[in-house]
Order: sequence, then structure tokens, then C-alpha cells
Amino acid sequence: MTRPEILSELKKVISPYTTNKEMLASIDDHTDLIKDLKINSANLVDIIIDAEAKYDIEIDYDSADKMVNVGTCIDVISEKLNQKA
Amino acid sequence: MSKRVVVTGMGVVAPNGIGIPAFLHAIQNGISGIKFMPRYQELNFSCQVAGMPAFNWESLKNYISEVTYHGLKGTNIGYGLAAAMDAWADSGMGYETDEPRWETGCIFGNSIADTEAMKNVISRVDNKEAKKLGSRVVEQAMNSGVTSYIAGRLGLGNKVITNSAACATGTQAILMGYEYVKHGYAKRMLVGSAEHVDTYVYGAFDSMRVLSRKFNDHPEKASRPMSITAGGFVPGSGAGALVLEDLDFALERGAHIYAEVLGGSTNSGGQRQGGTMTAANVTGVKRCIDEAMVNSKITADQIDLISGHLTATNADRQEIQTWSRALDRTGDNFPLTNSLKSMIGHSLSAAGSIETVASILQIVHGFVHPNINFEDPNPEITNLVSLDKLPVKMIKKEVNIVAKANFGFGDVNACLILSKYEK
Repeated sequence: MTRPEILSELKKVISPYTTNKEMLASIDDHTDLIKDLKINSANLVDIIIDAEAKYDIEIDYDSADKMVNVGTCIDVISEKLNQKA
Repeated sequence: MSKRVVVTGMGVVAPNGIGIPAFLHAIQNGISGIKFMPRYQELNFSCQVAGMPAFNWESLKNYISEVTYHGLKGTNIGYGLAAAMDAWADSGMGYETDEPRWETGCIFGNSIADTEAMKNVISRVDNKEAKKLGSRVVEQAMNSGVTSYIAGRLGLGNKVITNSAACATGTQAILMGYEYVKHGYAKRMLVGSAEHVDTYVYGAFDSMRVLSRKFNDHPEKASRPMSITAGGFVPGSGAGALVLEDLDFALERGAHIYAEVLGGSTNSGGQRQGGTMTAANVTGVKRCIDEAMVNSKITADQIDLISGHLTATNADRQEIQTWSRALDRTGDNFPLTNSLKSMIGHSLSAAGSIETVASILQIVHGFVHPNINFEDPNPEITNLVSLDKLPVKMIKKEVNIVAKANFGFGDVNACLILSKYEK
């Protein structure tokens, strides 16, 4: 999957956890999940679990800790997809 | 100085009506909310009928954000939230606030967190998939889930407590809220209780053989308090909620006042003198009623209506006997008495709050709702109490004072005295 493809799927994963839908439509690598999208920090766990199901990957704790903005989310997902392939 | 405590808002999710107008219509017209449950037949339950609210889960989006809605599964939390938010809006207040509402607390009760939701936890953990549980499970598995959701939505900043006292829970929640306001610890308390009798709770009661099992083909006939064919209670689910306020505080903001809580009492028979885990100590019940009257500064002859616990078991006879002894009233002198459970079944922890909402509606609208399915009175009850006092049709009548009691497993009792509001 290309980065834009991952991003478009990631928006769907994040959507239930943010009320800021306008911001979600225009996210880029620098968008911070907590600060910009106002996602409850406890919900980051749910986003990781949903991403695992969506991309059929496993995200270990160390990788999950890196997933703080959209860019690092895509990095981790892309890395795990490559490992799988 | 002790304060007068009034009811300024009400909300209800009941098997025979959701929201005050629908519920009022149902109880005035004796509409049953008991239905046949195909799932319980599949599960080989002896009792296959229940009172389940026709609750539209999506309606919760009217009360909470989409983010909170996503992942919310606890049914009693859903019922409790809807009833509490309706009561709040009914009292004329808006939901949004930036500052915590320091003057307002919440006491909401339930028996258990949702066991259907717990099943998901248990199966995932046993399947070595604990990592997949996510962040929303604990808040719904904890017993204080309902109060947490309500208090969080409204920013309630005073005492926030989850109480649990089996079938006495709802009445006790209202009494505790009353006490906090009366003694000046809070200006306002959002009180009530919720219960979802899911298959796992229901199965255990079924095994105890305390549920109705002879009317599976006639669900609306199944809940028969005080009758000779009362063969066990019918499980029900739902929630009731009330906004209680310091009278002066309510008047200051121009709130509409439904009724006054004059007082009440909650105690335990200590599982002594015939009281057990599942049976009431009649001395304890009588004391509870006596204390409720003393605390409310009323005499027994002032009670117009008893909203009984009356679940449709053998205990109904004993309950009427105890009321009669406590009030020293019999025959034609006994107060009018009804059991809402004839229409909606027994919703355990939610019973007290839903029945209190019904009691207040009878005060406000001047009527006594019927006991349905009361075609074959238990002679041991009618030997003591005139049949006219156990109405089978709605009676239009001024109701000034209601005694509302519930008695629960663990030999716990709670009794409230509710009154018409007089300036």
C-alpha cells in the first residue's frame, strides 16, 4: 500500500474517535492525534486495535508508542505491512 | 437548618413507555410492557416472558457525542443515561457547561454492570486476546459506569455515588439524594437507578424458581401481584431518574415543581428473626415504614396510596400484612394500593426509581393506576384489605401522600414518603 492509500484508510480508522471532522478531512503527516484531533489519550489504544484489524497486522508496544501523529502512524503501519509481505 | 426537597424533573425508560408522556399514558390505561422472549425459549428458561423497553439504541446520539456513543455497549448505562438526561432537560436546564456544577451531585444505582458486556471480556481474555479489549471496557464493567457517564455528560461536581441494594436500590438512591439536599450538602441531586436484566442475570433467577413460568403463552397476563395465581415475578429492565432540589434554590431559578419528598427511611432486617438473604424480616420492614412516617412528620392515616413492592410472589401476602400492621389500617380503612409490576414486571434495581416516577405522576395528575391481572385475589390479602382498595381500573382522585417502598435480597428495605407540593 502506498502512503496516500494508508492515509485514506487511516482516516476511517480515526473517524469514530474525533469530533473534529473538518480537521480530519485535511490531516497530513504533522497532524497530532491528541492536540489537533482532540482524541482522548485512552482512545489511542482503540485506534491501534482498530488499525491492527483493518490492515491485518500486529503492532507491538514499542511501535505503538511512536504513533502520536499521522506521519508516524503511517510509518508504523507501512513498516508492519512490509514485514508481512 | 434542614431544607425542603422537591422534585423538579423526571425521566423514564420503562417496558411500557419511554419518556414521561408515553409512560403516563401507559400507566393510566393499564398497558402491559411484558412480551414473549424467543431467546429465552431457545435458552430453555422456564420463564420466557420479560419487560424490555423498546429502546432505540441510536437515540443515545441525542444525548452524547458520537465519540462517546462509539463503543458504548452497556445496556443499563444506555437506559440510565437516557432517563437521567431526560430528567435534566425536564427540569429546565441545559446540558452544556464548562465549569463543573459544584452544587449538583448524582446518586444512581444498579445491581451489576452489564453481564453481556462482561462476556466479551471473559471470552477475549480466555482466548488470550486481552490486548484487543480496548479502552472502553473498564468504564462499562465498573459498577459506577452509569453514574460516571451521567456525571461526565453534565459536569456534576458534588457527590457522585453509585449505590447498590438489590431491589431497594432505586428507592434508596432517591432517599440518599434527598438527605444530601435536606442537610445542605448539595443544592441539587440527580438520582435514580438502572437495570438491564440480561440473559445471565435472568438465568440465575430462573434457576431459583422465583420467576413466573405458567403464562409464557400469555405474556401480558404473566405478572400477577397479589393474586392467587401469582407464580413468581416477571423480569423487567429500564431506568428512572429524578432531579431533586432544595426548594428555595429551585424557586430562585423559577423551576417547575412536581412534588415534594417529605422523607423516608432505609434499613436492614439483619437477616435475623425470619429475615434471610432472600426473605424479609417483617420487623425490619415495619420499622422502615414506621421510621419513614416519623421522619416525614406524617401519620399513617394521611397516606392516600401505597405503591407497593408487590412482585407477584408469596411475599405479597406478607407485605400487605406488614403494611397493615405498620399503618394500623385494615378493610375499608386501608389505603389504595397498587403495584406497577403488574404492567412492567420487576426491574430489580430500577424498580424503585421507575415506581417513584409513577407515584409522582399519580400525585401530579390526580389518579391511581390500576393493578392489571388482578382477577383472582389472594384471599389471605382480601381477608385483611377491602378489595375496593386494590383497584383494577384507573381511579381519578386527588392523591396527596404516597408511601413508596421496596424490599430487597439481603433483607434490605427502603421507604419514601412523597407529597403534593404545597407552598
